[in-house]
Amino acid sequence: MPFYVSPEQQMKDKADYARKGISRGRSVVVLQYDDGILFVADNPSRALHKISEIYDRIAFAAVGKYNEFENLRLGGVRYADINGYQYDRRDVTARGLANVYAQSLGTIFTETNKPYEVELVVAEVGDDAETDQIYRLTFDGSVADEHGYVAMGGQADAVAQSLKDGYREGSSLSDALRTAVRALEAQDSDRHLEATSLEVAVLDRNREHRLFKRLAAARIGELLAESEGGEPGAAGSGAGSDAGSDAGGGED
Amino acid sequence: MASHESHTGRLPGLFANPDMSSFTEFLGAYSPRSLPGGRTPPASRAGDDIPHGTTIVAVTFPGGVVMAGDRRATAGHVIAQRDIEKVFRADEFSAIAIAGTAGIGIEMVRLFQVELEHYEKREGRTLSVEGKANRLATMVRQNLAMAMQGLAVVPLFAGYDEERDEGRIFSYDPAGGRYEERDFHSVGSGSVFARGALKKLYRPDLSAEDAGLVCVQALYDAADDDSATGGPDLTRRIFPVVASVTSDGYRRLGEDEVGALAQAVVDGRYDSPGGPTAPLR
Repeated sequence: MPFYVSPEQQMKDKADYARKGISRGRSVVVLQYDDGILFVADNPSRALHKISEIYDRIAFAAVGKYNEFENLRLGGVRYADINGYQYDRRDVTARGLANVYAQSLGTIFTETNKPYEVELVVAEVGDDAETDQIYRLTFDGSVADEHGYVAMGGQADAVAQSLKDGYREGSSLSDALRTAVRALEAQDSDRHLEATSLEVAVLDRNREHRLFKRLAAARIGELLAESEGGEPGAAGSGAGSDAGSDAGGGED
Repeated sequence: MASHESHTGRLPGLFANPDMSSFTEFLGAYSPRSLPGGRTPPASRAGDDIPHGTTIVAVTFPGGVVMAGDRRATAGHVIAQRDIEKVFRADEFSAIAIAGTAGIGIEMVRLFQVELEHYEKREGRTLSVEGKANRLATMVRQNLAMAMQGLAVVPLFAGYDEERDEGRIFSYDPAGGRYEERDFHSVGSGSVFARGALKKLYRPDLSAEDAGLVCVQALYDAADDDSATGGPDLTRRIFPVVASVTSDGYRRLGEDEVGALAQAVVDGRYDSPGGPTAPLR
């Protein structure tokens, strides 16, 4: 061992390395809306997902290295399914899953040379907005309990700032999607995101059994067009008929 | 199972091992005794005092399939339960029902449901109808040692095939043999009587509702002649479980719908106890 490297320096180097890797990727946004939790990723791929279903009420979103977060996702599906099978479906919680991920990421960060270059959100939709849970996990295994919205990935600060300005509690799906897309467009000064370059999914508390649902490009386009004209003021007043087409709960 | 403990705090080795998309295979490696086939079969043959599920019927119609089961479980000559459910949603486009040892059968159904969902979540696609039917065959086969000790489970599987736009039925034997059935099928103790009824009542152009009616008629005939099959219980309002699988997915008929079918069947039997008659020529 020719050189002594202090533990502080070692951890700092690893953290810098992980941060650099994460900031190279595109961003993902998670935010609450009136019927549940909305996930939006700047991701043109139809097959390589950044947003996925874990269990009945739980979904997963990630940024960073695909093979690393995919590995965590597959492990999470196993964790959820085995617990749901051996206990009951209600006994699978986002909190439990976040703990497992935190332990896992923490150990990888301290015990291996190369930390995972990933950041995750584990979210569980509740019966109402107060009981929704959103956990954000970083590469070193720290967990944060978030409310309202989360931004992660490249330019996360700019995206989060835009969300902070635009986010309002209890907004409709189309308004929340518009806020999210605007925030993702804040990654670069001249970025414009079409429906086809977005990956969008919801945990909709009005669905039955499995609450996770991906939105097809056509539906994303519709929702964006809906919220386009009115700006925040219109607050989705005329949107009820369309927005509620598959949820059945879109009033106001 | 040292691999579970080897990385304290991380997703244990098996959870992180990416190569299995089968939940059953994973469970078998993680906790072998949690699988019906992973347990040591009893040394002597089990008696009649363990509840058994009885009759299941399935009928195809253009664009889908209907499956139905009576509500009785018997332990020897005793009715163990009068409102047991033996027809289940397997996933969005398939249904599974069980006859035979109820405890192991219900465990197999739960395992099969998770198996399909697990594959879907991991792979991002659903299994083909044949793929689902083959997975179930493996599960039945793993139960062979139990079956030899009198704890057999015989499922019936029905799925909607999106490519062909039709319903398909698969039956099994206790050794895991998988057989695709044409038009209709029945399993369980009353199945011989049910199948006779199905044969006379089936037509290729049934509507979804009529296919449900055929099922309830066939179950009535099974209950008529088999003591282990329960007929519709109008006093307690316990009716067969009837479910359809079409391009719209799995749908269990509501109690009022099945109640109306059951009432119609029972009313008809006042005039003609043997049920609808088939033309002789």
